Amino acid sequence: MGMLELRGIDKVYRSHGRPPVHAVRSLDMEVGKGEIVALLGSSGCGKTSTLRMIAGFESVTSGSIAVRGRRIDTLPPARRKVAMAFEGYSLYPPLTVRENIAFALKSQQVSRSEVSRRVEAIARLVEIEDILENYPRVISGGQQQRVSLARALVRDADLYLLDEPMGQLEPQLRAVLRGRIKSLLAEREMTAIFVTHDQTEASALADRIAVMEDGVLQQFASERELKDRPANLFVASFIGEPPMNLLETEVKRADGGFRLSLGPDVAFDISGDGLDRAAQQALVAARRVRVGIRPQRIAVGEGAVRVRIVSNQWLGDQSHVAGECAGHLLIAVIPNRVAARPGDVVPFALGPRHLNIFGADGVCIRHAEVS
Amino acid sequence: MEHESLAGRIFRGVALTLILVFFMFPIAWILLMSFQTNEQILRIPPRLLFEPTLANYEALISGQLHTAAGNLEITFMHNLWNSLVLSSGAVALALLLGVPAAYAFARFKFRLGETIAFTLLSFRFAPPLLVLLPLSLYYQELGLNDTYFGIIWVYQLIALPLILWIVRGYFEDISPDIEHAYRLAGHSWREAFTRIAVPLAGPGIAAAGLLSFIFCWNNFVFALILASADKQPVTVGALAFVTASGIQYGQIAAAIVLSVTPTLLLALYAQRYLVEGLSLGAVKG
Repeated sequence: MGMLELRGIDKVYRSHGRPPVHAVRSLDMEVGKGEIVALLGSSGCGKTSTLRMIAGFESVTSGSIAVRGRRIDTLPPARRKVAMAFEGYSLYPPLTVRENIAFALKSQQVSRSEVSRRVEAIARLVEIEDILENYPRVISGGQQQRVSLARALVRDADLYLLDEPMGQLEPQLRAVLRGRIKSLLAEREMTAIFVTHDQTEASALADRIAVMEDGVLQQFASERELKDRPANLFVASFIGEPPMNLLETEVKRADGGFRLSLGPDVAFDISGDGLDRAAQQALVAARRVRVGIRPQRIAVGEGAVRVRIVSNQWLGDQSHVAGECAGHLLIAVIPNRVAARPGDVVPFALGPRHLNIFGADGVCIRHAEVS
Repeated sequence: MEHESLAGRIFRGVALTLILVFFMFPIAWILLMSFQTNEQILRIPPRLLFEPTLANYEALISGQLHTAAGNLEITFMHNLWNSLVLSSGAVALALLLGVPAAYAFARFKFRLGETIAFTLLSFRFAPPLLVLLPLSLYYQELGLNDTYFGIIWVYQLIALPLILWIVRGYFEDISPDIEHAYRLAGHSWREAFTRIAVPLAGPGIAAAGLLSFIFCWNNFVFALILASADKQPVTVGALAFVTASGIQYGQIAAAIVLSVTPTLLLALYAQRYLVEGLSLGAVKG
């Protein structure tokens, strides 16, 4: 049994005089004990709504939420046994930082010495020991955010919900804190769900990432799997930096396989052997499909695809080479410097086995081979 | 501001003095009048130097008015007491009703919410006489005429919208997540309201309360129509000095000084809250 189970969650915001907003659509999700899950997506994709429904500040329009097999979606927030760090910090202004962190422990009947031991331990972890006696209004945004994080993590709860937990921190500190928080969560087997729009943060902290868009869960998998086996076009183009190259191609059958042609000169031959039955049928039915290839999978200086270079940048550890081919922009990432200037025509190699193929509905028909 | 020219500074000083004199002079004049006899007041030209007398205050406090036409009973001290009871009662009731309502308007979106809030505010737009005639008929039917409660109730037309709109702005300024955090820590909705929202909106509530106290205190027409002599506040009570043997300017001045003093002291004491409350709350509301 999972620690948290979301079943068929829908959230519709209705306000008078405006069309209803369907923020979350039939969301199913299961999170195991001790797992760290990131809700990743752009603004307005429903990730914060999901978090707030779990916390109990938003009602679910339909569906059920269970923690340890106990339905909580009708319980008041106080009885859900979840801790939360808010995006806007939401510290209690009349209390000092120390009192803010200790606050929830007081109602949990923890002894006084234990409270101060735990407060100091968590304060050390997020580096706020020296401001424990200050009031929230005199400390910086980044410090408030860490206090808010500490206030959530210090509690004993079934579930820790973190809304953009490190958005206000400086990059170095963020990297350090990620590591520390991850080991704290792992050590105590704490189950955590955090919302972020930062891929790096999601990959660094989470065991699994739930990619959301338009209120729909697109894919819920490890970072590796999201990269290697994207479920659909959205995930494919959302995950990875720079994003996956996407090309519109025409499908034709060709001796036992398929020929995907991009304009008159460029075509990719996909052999039928590597395709499962469903993929074969999908390709037979489709007239046009999109193929996607990771910039890291493109070789420059060899191959059959003639590309007119648009830009070539050396970033210190890799080159980003962008070129134009049959009306599409292709970006290749190469680990070494490339001698190509804008306007040059350079061959690119796009190996058919590195191609992801997406049907007209965006669903992935075939994934690229992972070498 | 630091690099202001001399001329600018002088101009500002003169302008401030003019404005101050314009607004403060009547109050100063009333204060001086209250220490003069009627003869001294009516002397032409008026003099700034005179022999002060406490006779006006004595008359008010003892309730005995000596006029050329004989002795007159006045109930000024009782009027003052009425003002205190009516204004405090009205503000207490308005806070009791208005603060939870303001919270509801600030936190929850519900059907007709804005309409109700605006309707309550619109009570302030209408001239009081518009509601007074029908109200006095109702009040006679309901037996509310000439009762403290009846007047306190009608004072809600003054106090409730003020409190509602100022306090609402304050609640809207407080992030609801602070209450959410408190509720997640194991507290009920009610506790979050009383222990987090109300204390945080404290300055706004105090400002709104004070302001509505002052407005209730200064009200004249409601009590004039709906109350008889023994329930009337000072504003109406001051009419008693317009007697058959002439207008008792000295007593009127003394009565005004006495009736203005409590609200003036309150306002001075709470000046900081008032400015904060009005600028923070009302502008956003």
